[in-house]
Amino acid sequence: MSEQPQTRGDFAVELRGITKTFPGVIANHNVNLTVRPGTIHAIVGENGAGKSTLMKTLYGMHQPDEGTIVVNGSSRTFRSPTDAIATGIGMVHQHFMLADNLTITENIILGNEPTTSRGRIDFTAAHDSIRRLMSTLGVDFDLDAPVSSLGVGQRQRVEILKVLYRGARILILDEPTAVLVPQEVTELFVTLKRLVAEGATVIFISHKLDEVLANCDEITVIRQGTTVAHTTPRETDRRGLAELMVGSDLPDPSGRETSVGDTVLLQVSGLDVAGTVAGSKLALDDVSLRVHAGEIVGIAGVEGNGQFELCEAILGLTPAVRGSVTLENRDISDAPTRERIGAGLSYIPFDRHREGLLLDAPLWENTYLGREDDPALSSRVFTRRRAIEADSRTIIERFGVRTPNEHVPAFALSGGNQQKLVVGREMASNPKVLLAAHPTRGVDVGAQAAIWDELRHARDNGLGVLLVSADLEELIGLSDTILVMFDGRITAELDPANATPELLGTYMTGEVQGARS
Amino acid sequence: MNRQKLQRMLVTSASSLIAIIVALAICAVILLITGKDPVKAFSTLFGAAGETKVLQGMLNRATPLMISAAAVAIGFKMNLFNIGVEGQMRVALLSTAVIGGAVNLPAPLHIAFCFVVAMATGAIWAGIAGWLKVKRNVNEVISTIMLNFIALSAVAWSFDTFFRANKEGESTSVLVKTKDLPTTAWFPDIVDRRLNGMLIIAILILILFWVLVWKTKFGFQLRASGANSGAARATGVDPKRMVLVSMLISGAIAGLVGMRALMGDVHAYQNNLAEQQGFNGIAVALLGRNHPAGIFFSALLFGFLGEASGRLQLEDIPKEIVTIMTGIIVLAVVIINEAVKRWDDRRIQRRAAAMVDEKLANEKKVEAAS
Repeated sequence: MSEQPQTRGDFAVELRGITKTFPGVIANHNVNLTVRPGTIHAIVGENGAGKSTLMKTLYGMHQPDEGTIVVNGSSRTFRSPTDAIATGIGMVHQHFMLADNLTITENIILGNEPTTSRGRIDFTAAHDSIRRLMSTLGVDFDLDAPVSSLGVGQRQRVEILKVLYRGARILILDEPTAVLVPQEVTELFVTLKRLVAEGATVIFISHKLDEVLANCDEITVIRQGTTVAHTTPRETDRRGLAELMVGSDLPDPSGRETSVGDTVLLQVSGLDVAGTVAGSKLALDDVSLRVHAGEIVGIAGVEGNGQFELCEAILGLTPAVRGSVTLENRDISDAPTRERIGAGLSYIPFDRHREGLLLDAPLWENTYLGREDDPALSSRVFTRRRAIEADSRTIIERFGVRTPNEHVPAFALSGGNQQKLVVGREMASNPKVLLAAHPTRGVDVGAQAAIWDELRHARDNGLGVLLVSADLEELIGLSDTILVMFDGRITAELDPANATPELLGTYMTGEVQGARS
Repeated sequence: MNRQKLQRMLVTSASSLIAIIVALAICAVILLITGKDPVKAFSTLFGAAGETKVLQGMLNRATPLMISAAAVAIGFKMNLFNIGVEGQMRVALLSTAVIGGAVNLPAPLHIAFCFVVAMATGAIWAGIAGWLKVKRNVNEVISTIMLNFIALSAVAWSFDTFFRANKEGESTSVLVKTKDLPTTAWFPDIVDRRLNGMLIIAILILILFWVLVWKTKFGFQLRASGANSGAARATGVDPKRMVLVSMLISGAIAGLVGMRALMGDVHAYQNNLAEQQGFNGIAVALLGRNHPAGIFFSALLFGFLGEASGRLQLEDIPKEIVTIMTGIIVLAVVIINEAVKRWDDRRIQRRAAAMVDEKLANEKKVEAAS
């Protein structure tokens, strides 16, 4: 182990030359990171740039192939998260790991229960130490309340308490603001600032540049698996940071030659969808929109503001309480999903693993999925294996899916290639309207450019696209119209020519509600 | 057949074979501990393989196992664990004995009629579990176990109360039966009194199972729902309908499990008829990896072990060792399959990556040359 004595104690965390490869892709390559104690240190990068892989390395969830991890001046090897926790590193995952039916106290002490001399759980001691932590954080919970009664922001606070309770002084937060509404984001940073004031160190993973610039002390940028810059909010601005994140070969989502057609392909009128819990407010509240031939309508919004329900309701996967969906002058409001797909709807789902792919099945089965009623691929009863495989090869070829052949299982492909396969499948049926939810989420820059090209090309040939995305540049660059969703409603309609991410941001947080033209 | 598929098949078969070998080794240790000679035991056991009579018995025993494993496997393909084959089989046995015995039809029609009655009864009984799952989200493992208990008791009670046909003056007889089926409903033997023709029906069911699951649109949707219900749902496959339909098919097949015993052997219902054959099908389906070919060979193995186990007693070795062995085989299969799958997944992933790199390198070479 090469230890440089002059750095001893200067940094809370120091990563030197970390490389971690997964089959077929390099997730991290020669990553160098130095985090000063008592700071909020942001790690920014695009989706798929390798931020999470790096943090998993630091948290001991997997071991690096090369490189050194130095914590508080001494070099460490983490065989598991247990080792990392013992060193004072804690992680708050993007998806909370709380047991809903247990109380806040029980969740916090789970796995680390203080015991009385008689071997029982010492709840008094637990309450005392949790109260102390709460006053440090500046929060106040009824410790005996079940976690199920808490909101998202509060749950996140409980997760932080849980990590602190285990003695963490270095906290890793993996995209903590992705699930929060704006006020909660503000509260979270208040909490984090109190923490660092007490001497803790926070490593904050994000791709939201504004909150990073506003709240973090130092910033490290990751691009394509490696660290490319170390900077501070004083030295840079949003534009500079964005350039660092995507590099000079930034694929440009903008540019079109043709104009939007006159035909309305998809018309959604006054659509209401019930909330998940009976009696709660509507998940989709009086949503109306139109998609013309050759038009890309972008939907902007913080995740969880009704975008998912909108797509599900258009497809007929979730019943609408009220309102209608018309596809090319045909009212499909009561048609089953299969019929809607047959009539020319296509869907790139939000999460390709959960809704888009059969990971264990070969690619030819994956490209067949959802297209069983295509007479070229099946007879009335039987599948046409040869035709399906040939069709699969065509999709693989046309969309540049990197695979040896159509027989390998889908899990063997990288994320970008999996997504290209899904996009290819959805385009292969020559749809009239495509619902594209985060079509380039978690894919590499090359695949992103390829997918954008395909979307543009199809649009120029008259396809109508409803594009849901969290990537504001993508929305502004591709869309002909941008609608903003907030709290289940469409709150603004913008012309992308005048839209900036900042402007979109203000609408997305619900602070401003624009008039619809 | 392409290379990947061949490799997967080899890996699958190899892992099942390893499981069987491991199970044999563990049984050898058990025999040693109990002071018996494992070499003698195994040579007695497998030495029986040369005898025609044993082979006929093996096929006879394998017949219901193939059918019940097919019933279990079709559920597995949909991610449903139908433990209720035993109960579905039992309900079908009594209803077929009673209803089939009450009609008069010419031979082939009568047999077909009995099959329809058996399949319908099995499907209805399994359909209860499917309905509970769809309507009330009751886990099918729990509901089918409970329905097994209900089936066993309800059938025993109603048989005892309404359907036993005792001859005058021997009402306390142990081996009470229903009225015999008319001979037109008897399923013919291939080898008289030794090998029943239901074997052909069992093989036919396996072939139909293969066609249905791997060759039809419905089968694809069934497998897709089992592999990733979220993805299947997003393409408009109704998951509830798939649960109900696959439960009904599974139950219909389960209804046929006991027909070799009923229509081909005893020709009347009695309480221990075809006992355990529904449960044993679960083990056969697991060993056969829910594939018709695998099920066929697994059923032969289990049939053989069952038939040959009697020989062990002649050598003063308890024949229960065979039951222990089948149990260990199933456990070993589950454990080893999981380990092999992880290894194989990594291998495939690495190989795919290497092949892609190679392809890219070749393309670059071609580019450079032109």
